[in-house]
Parts: sequence; structure tokens; C-alpha cells
Amino acid sequence: MKHTTRDERTLLEVKHLKKHFPIRKGFLRRLVGQVKAVDGVSFYINEGETLGLVGESGCGKTTTARCILRALDPTAGQILFRTASGQVVDLATLPENELRPLRREMQMIFQDPFASLNPRMNLLDIVGEPLLVIEGIKSRKERAERVAEILRLVGLRPEYMQRFPHAFSGGQRQRIVIARALALHPRLVVADEPVSALDVSVQAQVLNLMMELQQRLNLTYLFVAHDLSVVKHICNRVAVMYVGKLVETAPTDELFYHPKHPYTEALMSAVPVADPRIRSAMIPLEGDVPSPANPPPGCYFHPRCRYAVDICSQEAPNLEEIEDNHFVACHRAHELKLRGIGG
Amino acid sequence: MSSEQRPILSVRDLKTYFFLDEGTVKAVDGVSFDVYPGQVVGIVGESGCGKSVTVRSVLRIVEKPGRIVAGEIFFRPRKGNGRLLEGSQDGYVDLARLDAQGREMRAIRGAEIALIPQEPMAAFSPVHTIGDQIMETILLHQAVNEEEARRLGIERLREVGIPNPEQRMEAYSWELSGGLRQRAMIAMALSCHPTLLIADEPTTAIDVTTQAQVLNLLRSLQQQHNMSIIFITHDLGVIAQIAEYVLVMYLGRLMETGPVVDIFHHPLHPYTRALLKSIPSVYTRSRTFLPTIEGSIPHPFNRPPGCPFHPRCSQFTAGICDQKTPLLQPVNEQQSVSCFLYHRRAEED
Ligand SMILES: Nc1ncnc2c1ncn2[C@@H]1O[C@H](COP(=O)(O)OP(=O)(O)OP(=O)(O)O)[C@@H](O)[C@H]1O
Ligand SMILES: Nc1ncnc2c1ncn2[C@@H]1O[C@H](COP(=O)(O)OP(=O)(O)OP(=O)(O)O)[C@@H](O)[C@H]1O
Ligand SMILES: [Mg+2]
Ligand SMILES: [Mg+2]
Repeated sequence: MKHTTRDERTLLEVKHLKKHFPIRKGFLRRLVGQVKAVDGVSFYINEGETLGLVGESGCGKTTTARCILRALDPTAGQILFRTASGQVVDLATLPENELRPLRREMQMIFQDPFASLNPRMNLLDIVGEPLLVIEGIKSRKERAERVAEILRLVGLRPEYMQRFPHAFSGGQRQRIVIARALALHPRLVVADEPVSALDVSVQAQVLNLMMELQQRLNLTYLFVAHDLSVVKHICNRVAVMYVGKLVETAPTDELFYHPKHPYTEALMSAVPVADPRIRSAMIPLEGDVPSPANPPPGCYFHPRCRYAVDICSQEAPNLEEIEDNHFVACHRAHELKLRGIGG
Repeated sequence: MSSEQRPILSVRDLKTYFFLDEGTVKAVDGVSFDVYPGQVVGIVGESGCGKSVTVRSVLRIVEKPGRIVAGEIFFRPRKGNGRLLEGSQDGYVDLARLDAQGREMRAIRGAEIALIPQEPMAAFSPVHTIGDQIMETILLHQAVNEEEARRLGIERLREVGIPNPEQRMEAYSWELSGGLRQRAMIAMALSCHPTLLIADEPTTAIDVTTQAQVLNLLRSLQQQHNMSIIFITHDLGVIAQIAEYVLVMYLGRLMETGPVVDIFHHPLHPYTRALLKSIPSVYTRSRTFLPTIEGSIPHPFNRPPGCPFHPRCSQFTAGICDQKTPLLQPVNEQQSVSCFLYHRRAEED
């Protein structure tokens, strides 16, 4: 079957992606319900672009990321990917043998640089392993040359190749993780909270490195994070998730300054302003996030929404493109005048 | 002088070291600051600079092989706590001289000075209900019976905005959402109305919406009870919104101190300037390169001689900054800085 994406520049397009986890109870592990961790998510990423994925804890960001890399099998939906040869394939249904050659084009960077490195492997083996396993470079010397090149790229000295992870600081370890992800020249990098575990000054170094490598290697990033300042800093466009669904997607400045979904507005108004002369209200969002196993009817946000009307509790809104590149799932998107940051 | 203008806490030249087989970690190496009644003091600095050890020293909960090796921690207990003040002329006790496990320190810790630790999960026991744990703290410090302690516990939970507090008393910490657990943690820290609350990165692991709840709550409690707060965070927005006075730490020493507005809009120390610029905010332009601080923090065993920041400093002067250690000195009416760009006073030795 031939697939088509939004346009020629689109590297990845996710359509109506769902991932439901079964809830089982009791001795017989009877099926008693479903956690709808990802429940009909659609977005696209153009080549060379960074798309941010934000939302409160448990809203389904990591699950979405893992489905895209097929670390999890999606329950439903399409994950269209334009391969290096220009063909569009649906990763959601591709069998493992057809998926394997594509794995090198997609890599993941995890949150915790301490947990994601094997303490018993030195740098040469950590970064060189994918070269051996996937690219089949058997010569140790050739691998060492490639590893040296990659280490230089991420700002680590090739002399460090024989060292083990414990000899590196947090920022250096995250560079190692990035080096390993880049070893096979991927085209898509999925980064799940890549700087959350890092100290402030190191965080700036890693963000700069990610932007620099993107320009040099024309990388495409899906950047998952809950820190809105980091997301604002590094992303071209941002997608906001709430209980397994996307509520809004827009170019970064547009989303931060002119949000169109009440939940995005609530997120923006909760960000503390980094200027002590402006003591902002920091309007908290009342109530708790609903459980993805038992979401409310209609729009999932309606019980906490200050603008909710009758229809909001009855019908689930669709994600609609209401301006060029600005998608919103809200019944009242056209009439509401919402405030962005500093608004 | 009225007591309102006298600090509730005055830390003088505090040094807390860890004695390891490989060497000595000078985690806190000569730190002085005051906290006034009702004031919120923020501490910022890179990881490992000694923020937590400073406040743990005040609470006298530094773990072995660490210990306070020099300095004073003057604290002014409530009037009612008279027994503590035997021999004191001016109403202060030096916490550094007390037995960390002794009766006096136990009467202060949790009751007069309370801590909100970074990890709320670790602070609660999973096998006891929230209510039992709050009541236990109250019974330990206040002369009340169980019924009264329960009533006070429910009141504290209500005060921090937890719905149905009577029911929540019976809940276990793992049954609560992140935001509610964070609130329960604050309720427990506040259970005996401390005069000084220490919050060590209380909002780092939580979402912005919950963070806004917690910050608003702390702001209003501080105003209602004239409570003082020491607040540790690396979120500049949080510091800007909650702190009145800021301490900037680097390698166990204070680099700069001053009112929050001056620190943000007129930072003096090259370290403060570099640190503030390296942190992205939603107001900086998207997709620009962030200025970073050159190099990395030295290993605690290899502290550089002279000013601890000199190897990373863009304005370092050879022959001065690498030879002598600058003292923290007032350089205008608001700010104090330890940097030879502003004064010549150095540590003698
Ligand atoms: N293997 C699993 N089995 C059952 N439920 C799961 C599983 N993995 C995730 N979930 C649930 O799916 C929902 C989404 O989880 P996910 O980890 O994707 O959230 P997240 O947005 O990444 O959150 P965080 O910001 O905390 O990392 C949560 O309710 C979670 O408990
Ligand atoms: N129990 C300990 N044993 C040995 N060294 C310790 C111990 N606790 C802290 N240190 C050292 O003391 C120094 C200061 O640590 P501290 O925890 O105060 O840093 P911090 O500023 O709170 O950092 P963070 O922002 O990462 O929480 C560090 O060099 C640390 O390694
Ligand atoms: Mg996650
Ligand atoms: Mg700490």
C-alpha cells in the first residue's frame, strides 16, 4: 500500500495513534479495563525541525515516543516515516524484519544519563556497539576511527575512549548518550526528557550541542519534556498533550504568546515569570488530572476548564487546523480570547 | 532594636566538611548569612555547591563522615521555648554547639525549624497513614492529647488546600496524586507552626500547574504566619517569584548576596552573571545558543587555590585571583560580593 504524508518535507507523520494498556485484576488476571495512555494522537514533523511534546506527568508523552520507535506496539493508528530512499512506510504495522534496517534511521535519547549507560563498557564499546551490531563493522581499528570522529562531534576528547562511564560528569555522560545515538547517522532522534536530570549550566551545554548537531547533520528531533522554558528554547513547534490526547499544536512563539486551548493557557499562566519586578499571579489549575483509565465524557479537560459550556461535557472535540499550522481541539476555539505568557 | 529587625537565624562563617579516605570535601567553607522574620531567602548555585549541606547543617542532620568544623548558627527560638535559652543573654542559641541528637535540638527540629525535603515519597512512610504521621509529629512537640492532635492535623491538611481532609488522614502517601502528596508534605512540615521553614527544591520534580499551587500556598502561609523561608531551587522563575533575598553559592562559598531585584537586574559577580544567562526562560528568544559557563565544576578534592571560580571566570586576573581568596564584602547598600573586581579584602593565610 502506498502512503502519503502532509507534504514532501514531512519526515514523520503520526495519525490517530492509540496505545491502550489492559488493566487486569485478581487471580485469573481478568480484564477489567483499559488505560488509554495514548488515545488518538496526530501530528507531523518536518525534516530538520524540532517538535516539542509537553504535558503533565502521566499524559502519555513517553508512551507516544516509545510507540514511534516501536519499542511498544501501537493499539491503532499510523506512524508514517519517510525513509532515506524517499519511500513512505507505516512503522505501526511493519514486521520486524522490514523494521530492522530502518532502526538505524531512528534513535532515542533517554532522560537519565546514569541509568542508560552500561557501567562495565568503555566509551569505545558503548559508542561502537551499534557500529558493530547494526552496521557490521568488524575491524576494531575502523570502529575506533569512527568513534573518535563521533566523540569529537559531541565535544569529548577521543583520548577518553578507554574510560568507563563513572569517570565522567553528568553533562559528559549525556554527551556520551548523544554520541551513541548519533553513531549510525540517524535522521530522526526521539529525546525523552534529555536534560531534565542535568544541572543548570550543563543543561545549557547539552541544549546548545543538540541545536548545533541538528544544523550540521540536518537532524529531526521529537523533544519530550515537561520544562516549558527548555521547550520554548529549543523547539520550532510544540504539541500539548492532555490525558492521552493532543489539545493543541502550533509554532512555538504562536503557542506561547497566542494559545488557543484553555489548557495551554492554564499551563502558560502557571509559569513563574523570571523577573522579580513582576510578581505574577501564577494561576494554578484547580482539580486533578483525570485517570486515563476512567476519563470524563466529552472533552477530557472540561471538569477543570473555566470556559466549559454544555457541549464540552457531551462531545469530544476534534483536533482542527484553525489557522495555518495551528491545530486546536476545543469547541470554543474560534470565540475564546486567551492569554499567553506575559499576557 | 525591636525583635522584628533582628534576624531569626544568623549563620556566621560556617564550615562543614566531609572526611573521606580519599580526602576532605569542604562542602561548606565559610558561609555567613542572616534570615529575618517573614523573609524568604533563596539559595542558588550549580549542583554540588553546598546548598543542601548548608541547610542540613542548620538542622543538624549532616550525616557522617561530615561534621561542622567551625562557625556559629545563631537561632532565636520562640519565647515559650525558654529552657533552650539558659545562659543566653540576647535570646539566641548557637545550634552548632548543641548535641545533634540531644533534647534541645530535637525540640527545635521539626517544631521551630522544619524541612520540606526534595523527594516527598521518601519523606513519608509507606506503611503508616498520612494522619498517623502528622499526629506523631504534633504529639512529639506539643502538649496535646490524641484527639486534639487529630483535630490539629485535619486543620493543617485543610490549610494547605487538601479537599476532604478528614478522609485524607486515613490515606497512605502512595494513594495521593503528586500535587496532593506535595501538599501533605508541606502540611506535615507546618504541623507545629515553625518559625523557619526550609524548602530544599520542593518543586523540582513536579509539573508547572502543581508548582504554581505549591508556590502560592507557601506565599500565603508565609504572609499569614510571618514565617521565614529558606528556599533552594535552580529555577530562576521560582526564585524571582518567591524570594526577597538571594544567596549565590559556588564550591561551598557565597559569591554574591543581595535583594532579588538587584541580583536579577544588576548582578555583580561574574559567576552570578554567567549563571543567570545560562538558564533558559520562556522570555529568552527561541533557538538561540545559550551562553554557557566555561569548563566544569572542579572535583571537590581539587579545589583551585585563590578564588574558587577563577579557572572558569572570564574576567580573571592572573597573579591576583589565583593567589588570594576574596571575602564576601558589602559593595553597595544592597549587595555583597566576593570578587576582586569590587574590593581588595582577601582571606588571611
Ligand atoms: N506498561 C504500562 N502498563 C500500564 N500502564 C502504563 C504502562 N506504561 C505507562 N502506563 C500508563 O500510561 C499513562 C501514560 O504514561 P507515560 O509514561 O507515557 O506518561 P508521561 O507523559 O511520559 O509522564 P511523565 O511526564 O511522568 O514521564 C500513565 O497513566 C501510565 O501510568
Ligand atoms: N554524605 C556525603 N559524603 C561525602 N560527601 C558529601 C556528602 N553529602 C554531600 N557531599 C558533598 O558535599 C558537596 C556539597 O553537596 P550538596 O548536597 O550540599 O550540594 P547541593 O548544592 O545541594 O547540590 P544539588 O543541587 O545537586 O542538590 C558535594 O561535593 C557533595 O559531593
Ligand atoms: Mg515520561
Ligand atoms: Mg541539594
